[in-house]
Amino acid sequence: MSVPTEQVIGRLADQRPGGGPPLDETRVPSRWGVVLRRFLGRRLALAGLVVLAGLFVLAFVGPYLTPWTYTDKDYAAFLSGPSADHWFGTTQTGGDVYALTVRGMQKSLIIGLLVALFSTGLAAIVGSFAGYFGGWVDRTLMWMVELLLVLPAFLLVAILSPLFRGRTWLLFVVLLAAFLWMVTARIVRGMTISLREREYVLAARYMGLSGPRIIFRHILPNISSLLIIDATLNVSAAIIAETGLSYFGFGVQPPDVSLGTLIADGTTSAVTFPWLFGFAAGLLVLIVLSVNLVGDGLRDALDPTSGA
Amino acid sequence: MAKFLLRRLASSIVLVAIAASLAYVLAAASLSPRSNFEGRNPPPPAAVVERELEARNLNDRTPIIERYGAWATGLVRLDFGESWDGTSVNAEMARRIGVSLRLLIIATILGSVLGVLVGAWGAVRQHRFSDHAITFASFVILSTPVFVLAVLLEIVAVGVNDATGVSVFEYTGEFTPGLEGGFWTLAVDRLQHLVLPTLTLVLAQIAIFSRYQRNAMLDVLGSDFVRTAQAKGLRRRTALLKHALRTALIPSATFFAYNFGLLLIGATFIETIFGWHGMGEWFIESVRRNDVNAVAAVSCFAAVLVLFAGLLSDLAYAVLDPRIRVGA
Repeated sequence: MSVPTEQVIGRLADQRPGGGPPLDETRVPSRWGVVLRRFLGRRLALAGLVVLAGLFVLAFVGPYLTPWTYTDKDYAAFLSGPSADHWFGTTQTGGDVYALTVRGMQKSLIIGLLVALFSTGLAAIVGSFAGYFGGWVDRTLMWMVELLLVLPAFLLVAILSPLFRGRTWLLFVVLLAAFLWMVTARIVRGMTISLREREYVLAARYMGLSGPRIIFRHILPNISSLLIIDATLNVSAAIIAETGLSYFGFGVQPPDVSLGTLIADGTTSAVTFPWLFGFAAGLLVLIVLSVNLVGDGLRDALDPTSGA
Repeated sequence: MAKFLLRRLASSIVLVAIAASLAYVLAAASLSPRSNFEGRNPPPPAAVVERELEARNLNDRTPIIERYGAWATGLVRLDFGESWDGTSVNAEMARRIGVSLRLLIIATILGSVLGVLVGAWGAVRQHRFSDHAITFASFVILSTPVFVLAVLLEIVAVGVNDATGVSVFEYTGEFTPGLEGGFWTLAVDRLQHLVLPTLTLVLAQIAIFSRYQRNAMLDVLGSDFVRTAQAKGLRRRTALLKHALRTALIPSATFFAYNFGLLLIGATFIETIFGWHGMGEWFIESVRRNDVNAVAAVSCFAAVLVLFAGLLSDLAYAVLDPRIRVGA
């Protein structure tokens, strides 16, 4: 997937009327340079990136800005609204909502990132092996994909939730990743099939390279654009899945918190005590929104022909 | 064509059977109905616990393969077994299935039709203000999880109720228990309860479908055959509806099947939040109460619906794309 020449020329031509530095005929911008410039040109995607960075800072630096930790209870203030002492107010048991929320953000962000990374990796491997080898490998793997698509991932993880209750949350991450890779795998398979007969793949094969080697050296790097875009969009899907499962108590377990458990606790009093619901819900929407904006911007920058 | 659909139907039935079995085995391995007896005070005698579990095919000391055998034999006669407290899963399912189906069917139809129309309209008016507004709104709704969207709508509804002084919208349950009155009173009451949950799901669906449809439509609008259709004298509306939209619907038909699983999950949240006693709420309760047979029954229901949506999308595909009809 190289950059179409017209675009490079277009970029160079663009610089001329601007009266900028004289055109250097020998300097052709690198692919990633072009992608970066295109991404930076999208104001919304850039805004998403900035907001996301801010949210990360809030999640990881935020806990040090307040004397309260997420396990502390203030027995002098139950259900009090936002104040100088408790920035986001307090819960029924006197927990500091700000400390709880930033802790929940940490969990949701980390889980989202890890799940997206694992599931996209799994999708890349399954999809490319199925597409490259074809035959019974393809049929078996795609049959598995079909079977897992029949049962929504949410149901399966909820059913299996007692297995990680009381153990590390990393098990939850693994389970979530294990049921979120199917759609991406199908797309990867399709793209691999179209790359399989390309000259450079055939050349590698005739040189005697093994199948897995060709996949990791030649095929996966060539669909890296798709993988990057999907990994980004999978982050938001994973965060929604995690918070949804945690909402019902099938995800992150107390005493630990995630945005999902906080929203679940705040839902019943969303009208009467809005700070219990509003901050966690608002930050969750903001996280997902900015991840989606970044993903969209990346899609436009990496794959301008997608027309989105 | 009929042969193709029959083949799909056969493979779907096999897939449902395998998926339900998978769900049963996973549930039987991970949930422990025995713990429901352990918390009791005074603790029931061990022999009683054994007998109760044994009677419901829930004993974790029986090898899983035997339990699966017993469950599968029941399933062949469409008998889903008993809950851990002895009630029939089939009876409970009969009570709940209509509640869920009503929500799902209305939301699917309204959501996909409106979503497609909104998306197509946005594509036709690309770069105008209305297109930007729609794109932005659908992007925000897409980024809002259903359990947040439901509560936000509930807050708005409370505001409307307070402002008008009448309870226009109801947000708990699917009808007012013990309400007396004629057909119309009951119908209006049901409608008041129906609006918010359905609206939540429909909004989410519109957001997804419009975004997808807009992209598909934009791909088609620039193509030669749409220009030809207009050049040969068709009115713009005819060219857009009969030529462009019809072609652009094909990817959406595929997407419909993919999206259905998400719709089911969304309905689960909505049933729980608005207190509807449907299949989704039952699933959540059953996992919490370690009710293996009920969990397997809901999973089976979900698998049937997902595959049915797949069949529908195949059918739509065949109607829209003549090449499929000839080919198969």
